[in-house]
Amino acid sequence: MKWLLVLMVICATTVGDVFRSLGMRQHGEIHDFRPGAIGSAFGMVARNSYVIISTCAMAVSFFSFMKLVSIAPMTFAVPMSAAAFIPETLLARVLLKEAVDWRRWTGVSLILIGVVFISQ
Amino acid sequence: MPATRNLTAKTRLFAALTILSNVAGNSFLTRGMQQLGDIGNSPFALIGALFHPWVALGVVLLIVWTLSHMALLSWADLSYVMPVTAISYVVTAFAGRLFLGENVSLARWTGIVLVTAGVTLVGRTAASSSLMEGKPQ
Repeated sequence: MKWLLVLMVICATTVGDVFRSLGMRQHGEIHDFRPGAIGSAFGMVARNSYVIISTCAMAVSFFSFMKLVSIAPMTFAVPMSAAAFIPETLLARVLLKEAVDWRRWTGVSLILIGVVFISQ
Repeated sequence: MPATRNLTAKTRLFAALTILSNVAGNSFLTRGMQQLGDIGNSPFALIGALFHPWVALGVVLLIVWTLSHMALLSWADLSYVMPVTAISYVVTAFAGRLFLGENVSLARWTGIVLVTAGVTLVGRTAASSSLMEGKPQ
Protein backbone atom coordinates (compact mmCIF):
# COMPACT_ATOMS: atom_id res chain seq x y z
CA MET A 1 0.00 0.00 0.00
CA LYS A 2 2.81 2.35 1.06
CA TRP A 3 4.78 1.86 -2.16
CA LEU A 4 1.70 2.07 -4.35
CA LEU A 5 0.94 5.46 -2.77
CA VAL A 6 4.55 6.60 -3.34
CA LEU A 7 4.26 5.64 -7.01
CA MET A 8 0.91 7.45 -7.28
CA VAL A 9 2.31 10.61 -5.65
CA ILE A 10 5.38 10.68 -7.93
CA CYS A 11 3.47 10.00 -11.17
CA ALA A 12 0.61 12.37 -10.37
CA THR A 13 2.94 15.19 -9.26
CA THR A 14 5.03 14.83 -12.41
CA VAL A 15 1.98 14.84 -14.71
CA GLY A 16 0.48 17.73 -12.73
CA ASP A 17 3.58 19.95 -12.89
CA VAL A 18 4.46 19.23 -16.53
CA PHE A 19 0.91 19.82 -17.76
CA ARG A 20 0.56 22.94 -15.59
CA SER A 21 3.73 24.28 -17.17
CA LEU A 22 2.46 23.42 -20.69
CA GLY A 23 -0.90 25.06 -20.02
CA MET A 24 0.50 28.22 -18.44
CA ARG A 25 3.05 28.58 -21.22
CA GLN A 26 0.23 28.31 -23.75
CA HIS A 27 -1.61 31.09 -21.88
CA GLY A 28 1.50 33.27 -21.81
CA GLU A 29 3.08 35.46 -19.16
CA ILE A 30 0.66 36.95 -16.64
CA HIS A 31 1.33 40.72 -16.53
CA ASP A 32 -1.74 42.27 -15.02
CA PHE A 33 -2.37 41.63 -11.33
CA ARG A 34 -5.46 43.79 -10.80
CA PRO A 35 -8.32 41.67 -9.34
CA GLY A 36 -10.45 41.84 -12.52
CA ALA A 37 -7.55 40.87 -14.76
CA ILE A 38 -6.58 38.00 -12.45
CA GLY A 39 -10.19 36.81 -12.54
CA SER A 40 -10.33 36.81 -16.33
CA ALA A 41 -6.91 35.15 -16.62
CA PHE A 42 -8.10 32.47 -14.21
CA GLY A 43 -11.27 32.01 -16.27
CA MET A 44 -9.21 31.48 -19.43
CA VAL A 45 -6.74 29.16 -17.73
CA ALA A 46 -9.56 27.08 -16.17
CA ARG A 47 -10.73 26.21 -19.71
CA ASN A 48 -7.25 25.18 -20.91
CA SER A 49 -7.22 21.38 -21.37
CA TYR A 50 -3.62 21.04 -20.14
CA VAL A 51 -4.52 22.94 -16.97
CA ILE A 52 -7.61 20.75 -16.46
CA ILE A 53 -5.50 17.55 -16.76
CA SER A 54 -2.92 19.12 -14.43
CA THR A 55 -5.54 20.00 -11.81
CA CYS A 56 -6.95 16.43 -11.84
CA ALA A 57 -3.42 15.01 -11.49
CA MET A 58 -2.65 17.45 -8.64
CA ALA A 59 -5.82 16.31 -6.85
CA VAL A 60 -4.70 12.66 -7.17
CA SER A 61 -1.23 13.66 -5.90
CA PHE A 62 -2.74 15.64 -3.00
CA PHE A 63 -5.08 12.87 -1.79
CA SER A 64 -2.41 10.17 -2.24
CA PHE A 65 0.04 12.25 -0.21
CA MET A 66 -2.58 12.89 2.50
CA LYS A 67 -3.18 9.13 2.70
CA LEU A 68 0.55 8.40 2.68
CA VAL A 69 1.33 10.72 5.61
CA SER A 70 -1.53 9.15 7.57
CA ILE A 71 0.00 5.65 7.29
CA ALA A 72 3.75 6.30 6.93
CA PRO A 73 6.19 8.54 8.83
CA MET A 74 7.13 11.93 7.33
CA THR A 75 10.77 10.78 7.23
CA PHE A 76 9.63 8.34 4.55
CA ALA A 77 6.83 10.25 2.81
CA VAL A 78 8.68 13.55 2.24
CA PRO A 79 11.89 12.33 0.54
CA MET A 80 9.95 9.73 -1.46
CA SER A 81 7.63 12.40 -2.86
CA ALA A 82 10.62 14.63 -3.63
CA ALA A 83 11.84 11.90 -6.01
CA ALA A 84 9.36 13.42 -8.52
CA PHE A 85 12.11 16.01 -9.16
CA ILE A 86 13.96 13.48 -11.34
CA PRO A 87 11.21 12.64 -13.89
CA GLU A 88 10.12 16.30 -13.85
CA THR A 89 13.57 17.61 -14.71
CA LEU A 90 13.93 14.97 -17.45
CA LEU A 91 10.55 15.89 -18.95
CA ALA A 92 11.33 19.61 -18.66
CA ARG A 93 14.37 18.97 -20.85
CA VAL A 94 12.79 16.53 -23.32
CA LEU A 95 9.16 17.62 -23.56
CA LEU A 96 9.22 21.29 -22.54
CA LYS A 97 12.59 21.87 -24.31
CA GLU A 98 13.94 23.87 -21.38
CA ALA A 99 17.65 24.68 -21.14
CA VAL A 100 18.52 22.27 -18.30
CA ASP A 101 22.24 22.92 -17.86
CA TRP A 102 24.72 21.34 -15.41
CA ARG A 103 23.77 23.87 -12.68
CA ARG A 104 20.13 22.76 -12.73
CA TRP A 105 21.04 19.04 -12.69
CA THR A 106 23.61 19.51 -9.92
CA GLY A 107 21.15 21.68 -7.99
CA VAL A 108 18.39 19.06 -8.24
CA SER A 109 20.82 16.32 -7.12
CA LEU A 110 22.01 18.35 -4.10
CA ILE A 111 18.39 19.11 -3.16
CA LEU A 112 17.36 15.42 -3.35
CA ILE A 113 20.25 14.29 -1.12
CA GLY A 114 19.52 17.24 1.18
CA VAL A 115 15.83 16.34 1.48
CA VAL A 116 16.76 12.82 2.63
CA PHE A 117 18.95 14.32 5.41
CA ILE A 118 16.40 16.99 6.40
CA SER A 119 13.65 14.39 6.74
CA GLN A 120 15.63 12.27 9.24
CA MET B 1 17.54 45.84 -19.16
CA PRO B 2 14.50 46.97 -17.14
CA ALA B 3 12.26 44.21 -18.58
CA THR B 4 14.64 41.53 -17.29
CA ARG B 5 14.92 43.28 -13.93
CA ASN B 6 11.10 43.44 -13.60
CA LEU B 7 10.85 39.76 -14.47
CA THR B 8 13.48 38.92 -11.83
CA ALA B 9 11.62 40.93 -9.17
CA LYS B 10 8.30 39.36 -10.17
CA THR B 11 9.85 35.87 -10.13
CA ARG B 12 11.28 36.44 -6.62
CA LEU B 13 7.97 37.78 -5.31
CA PHE B 14 5.94 34.88 -6.67
CA ALA B 15 8.55 32.30 -5.66
CA ALA B 16 8.37 33.67 -2.08
CA LEU B 17 4.55 33.53 -2.11
CA THR B 18 4.64 29.97 -3.54
CA ILE B 19 7.14 28.81 -0.90
CA LEU B 20 5.41 30.39 2.12
CA SER B 21 1.90 29.26 1.18
CA ASN B 22 3.26 25.76 0.54
CA VAL B 23 5.05 25.52 3.89
CA ALA B 24 2.15 26.94 5.91
CA GLY B 25 -0.45 24.93 3.95
CA ASN B 26 1.41 21.63 4.38
CA SER B 27 2.08 22.28 8.08
CA PHE B 28 -1.59 22.90 8.87
CA LEU B 29 -2.64 19.96 6.70
CA THR B 30 -0.18 17.59 8.41
CA ARG B 31 -1.25 18.79 11.84
CA GLY B 32 -4.91 18.14 10.98
CA MET B 33 -4.24 14.72 9.43
CA GLN B 34 -2.18 13.64 12.44
CA GLN B 35 -5.05 14.62 14.75
CA LEU B 36 -7.43 12.55 12.62
CA GLY B 37 -5.16 9.47 12.45
CA ASP B 38 -5.73 6.69 9.89
CA ILE B 39 -8.99 7.55 8.17
CA GLY B 40 -9.31 4.43 5.98
CA ASN B 41 -9.50 4.26 2.20
CA SER B 42 -12.96 5.61 1.46
CA PRO B 43 -13.07 8.81 -0.64
CA PHE B 44 -15.90 10.01 1.62
CA ALA B 45 -13.57 9.82 4.62
CA LEU B 46 -11.01 11.92 2.71
CA ILE B 47 -13.67 14.50 1.81
CA GLY B 48 -14.89 14.45 5.40
CA ALA B 49 -11.34 15.21 6.58
CA LEU B 50 -11.51 18.49 4.63
CA PHE B 51 -13.95 19.79 7.27
CA HIS B 52 -11.40 19.46 10.06
CA PRO B 53 -10.35 23.09 10.88
CA TRP B 54 -6.58 22.60 10.48
CA VAL B 55 -7.10 20.60 7.28
CA ALA B 56 -9.44 23.32 5.93
CA LEU B 57 -6.94 26.11 6.68
CA GLY B 58 -4.22 24.02 5.03
CA VAL B 59 -6.37 23.54 1.93
CA VAL B 60 -7.07 27.31 1.63
CA LEU B 61 -3.32 28.00 1.78
CA LEU B 62 -2.68 25.27 -0.77
CA ILE B 63 -5.16 27.01 -3.12
CA VAL B 64 -3.03 30.20 -2.73
CA TRP B 65 0.00 28.01 -3.48
CA THR B 66 -1.70 26.61 -6.62
CA LEU B 67 -2.54 30.07 -8.00
CA SER B 68 0.89 31.60 -7.32
CA HIS B 69 2.63 28.49 -8.70
CA MET B 70 0.50 28.70 -11.87
CA ALA B 71 1.30 32.41 -12.29
CA LEU B 72 5.03 31.69 -11.81
CA LEU B 73 4.95 28.92 -14.44
CA SER B 74 3.36 31.33 -16.94
CA TRP B 75 6.80 32.91 -17.42
CA ALA B 76 9.40 30.76 -15.62
CA ASP B 77 10.78 27.29 -16.51
CA LEU B 78 9.53 24.22 -14.62
CA SER B 79 13.16 23.11 -14.19
CA TYR B 80 13.79 26.48 -12.47
CA VAL B 81 10.60 26.79 -10.39
CA MET B 82 10.68 23.22 -9.04
CA PRO B 83 14.20 23.30 -7.51
CA VAL B 84 14.01 26.95 -6.38
CA THR B 85 10.76 26.38 -4.47
CA ALA B 86 12.44 23.36 -2.81
CA ILE B 87 13.84 25.86 -0.29
CA SER B 88 10.47 25.19 1.37
CA TYR B 89 12.09 22.06 2.90
CA VAL B 90 14.57 24.34 4.67
CA VAL B 91 11.84 26.79 5.73
CA THR B 92 9.84 23.84 7.12
CA ALA B 93 12.84 22.66 9.17
CA PHE B 94 13.32 26.17 10.65
CA ALA B 95 9.57 26.58 11.24
CA GLY B 96 9.62 23.27 13.17
CA ARG B 97 12.42 24.59 15.35
CA LEU B 98 10.78 27.97 15.86
CA PHE B 99 7.14 26.99 16.43
CA LEU B 100 7.31 23.38 17.62
CA GLY B 101 10.64 23.58 19.44
CA GLU B 102 11.91 20.66 17.33
CA ASN B 103 15.58 19.88 17.62
CA VAL B 104 17.65 20.48 14.46
CA SER B 105 19.98 17.48 14.41
CA LEU B 106 23.34 17.30 12.65
CA ALA B 107 21.70 15.29 9.85
CA ARG B 108 19.09 18.03 9.43
CA TRP B 109 21.73 20.77 9.34
CA THR B 110 23.57 18.76 6.65
CA GLY B 111 20.34 18.56 4.66
CA ILE B 112 19.70 22.29 5.11
CA VAL B 113 23.17 23.11 3.76
CA LEU B 114 22.78 20.71 0.79
CA VAL B 115 19.30 21.96 -0.19
CA THR B 116 20.37 25.61 0.17
CA ALA B 117 23.43 24.97 -2.02
CA GLY B 118 21.26 23.27 -4.66
CA VAL B 119 18.68 26.07 -4.64
CA THR B 120 21.41 28.73 -4.86
CA LEU B 121 22.96 26.97 -7.84
CA VAL B 122 19.65 26.75 -9.74
CA GLY B 123 18.74 30.30 -8.65
CA ARG B 124 21.79 31.54 -10.54
CA THR B 125 20.35 30.36 -13.87
CA ALA B 126 17.91 32.58 -15.78
CA ALA B 127 14.30 31.83 -14.77
CA SER B 128 13.22 31.44 -18.39
CA SER B 129 14.96 29.44 -21.14
CA SER B 130 13.85 31.96 -23.76
CA LEU B 131 15.63 34.73 -21.81
CA MET B 132 18.76 32.58 -21.50
CA GLU B 133 18.92 32.21 -25.25
CA GLY B 134 18.48 35.97 -25.62
CA LYS B 135 15.10 35.73 -27.34
CA PRO B 136 12.63 38.53 -26.65
CA GLN B 137 10.15 37.58 -23.94
